[in-house]
Amino acid sequence: MGWMGDTVDSIKSIQIRQLLAQGVSLGMIVTSALIIWKALMCFTGSESPVVVVLSGSMEPGFKRGDILFLHMSNDPIRTGEIVVFNVDGREIPIVHRVIKVHERQETGDVEVLTKGDNNYGDDRLLYAQGQLWLQRHHIMGRAVGFLPYVGWVTIIMTEKPIIKYILIGALGLLVITSKD
Amino acid sequence: MHSFWLRANAVLTFSVIILAFTCAMASVSDCFNSPSPSAQIQITNINWFQKQRNGNEEVSLAMNITADLQSLFTWNTKQVFVFVAAEYKTPKNAVNQVSLWDAIIPAKEQSKFRVQTVNKYRFIDQGSNLRGKDLNLTLHWHVMPKAGMMFADKLVIPGYRLPKEYR
Repeated sequence: MGWMGDTVDSIKSIQIRQLLAQGVSLGMIVTSALIIWKALMCFTGSESPVVVVLSGSMEPGFKRGDILFLHMSNDPIRTGEIVVFNVDGREIPIVHRVIKVHERQETGDVEVLTKGDNNYGDDRLLYAQGQLWLQRHHIMGRAVGFLPYVGWVTIIMTEKPIIKYILIGALGLLVITSKD
Repeated sequence: MHSFWLRANAVLTFSVIILAFTCAMASVSDCFNSPSPSAQIQITNINWFQKQRNGNEEVSLAMNITADLQSLFTWNTKQVFVFVAAEYKTPKNAVNQVSLWDAIIPAKEQSKFRVQTVNKYRFIDQGSNLRGKDLNLTLHWHVMPKAGMMFADKLVIPGYRLPKEYR
């Protein structure tokens, strides 16, 4: 109860200047996080350098909640690579392994078929209506590294947004009431 | 400097840094492993070889695959994904790679194996270029760690040829 009283007191004693200074430092923190994210995008050449595994289609290698580090280069796509791709019309990217590659002689265009390790059949069921192959422009990156369990934070925050609001609310309260 | 939240914050930050460092070290330790796997693949039978109605040729074949992949496993290895791909050139396509069979090896004990199998995935060409075609059968492996960088490599076994006539 004493803690509640202190918090209420400190909210009452806020000065505008102090609040603005804290607003600026919060803005700095958010901006530097954004800079790091964009730098990662540049460095790995991929639009989303880190993805969270959402389904069990690559078990036992990748379980739901693991995170994958992606890298995209102009190297040709070959079988066995684990690629992250977007199907036209679906927003959630899929992480599966390439099992077939056909690369054209003159143009270098490539047609690729993927399959989840834990799935029985290939991904043609997941592709758009009538689409039999993936092309290079569908592919966002190759998975090069992985960390287990770290992605659960993102999954929890996406599936139960109330937790996101509680966290942000608590952080905001901490920032306002700290006497720095 | 001694409030509960500041202490909790310090403990949390420190443990995250230690965890990240441990994962990085685990991954670096994989670099010291120099694997020397070996494999042999025999095509025991061409079950059938036909041209589909849409003009694409399809082959069904039976293979004997023997491999010893024990040297790929380290303490940081969660599983090894192994697959056999047929690789060939055609006038239209510079590169064709078709995966014929794959398996997941979860532990070192199961990484020395001998398998007799029919191709798990259909071997279909884009066109009808397979008669008398020379193939490489390549054994690929993909080492998936408990944490960190994944790495993949392959063993190319050339010298296979498909029959000149349909069966």
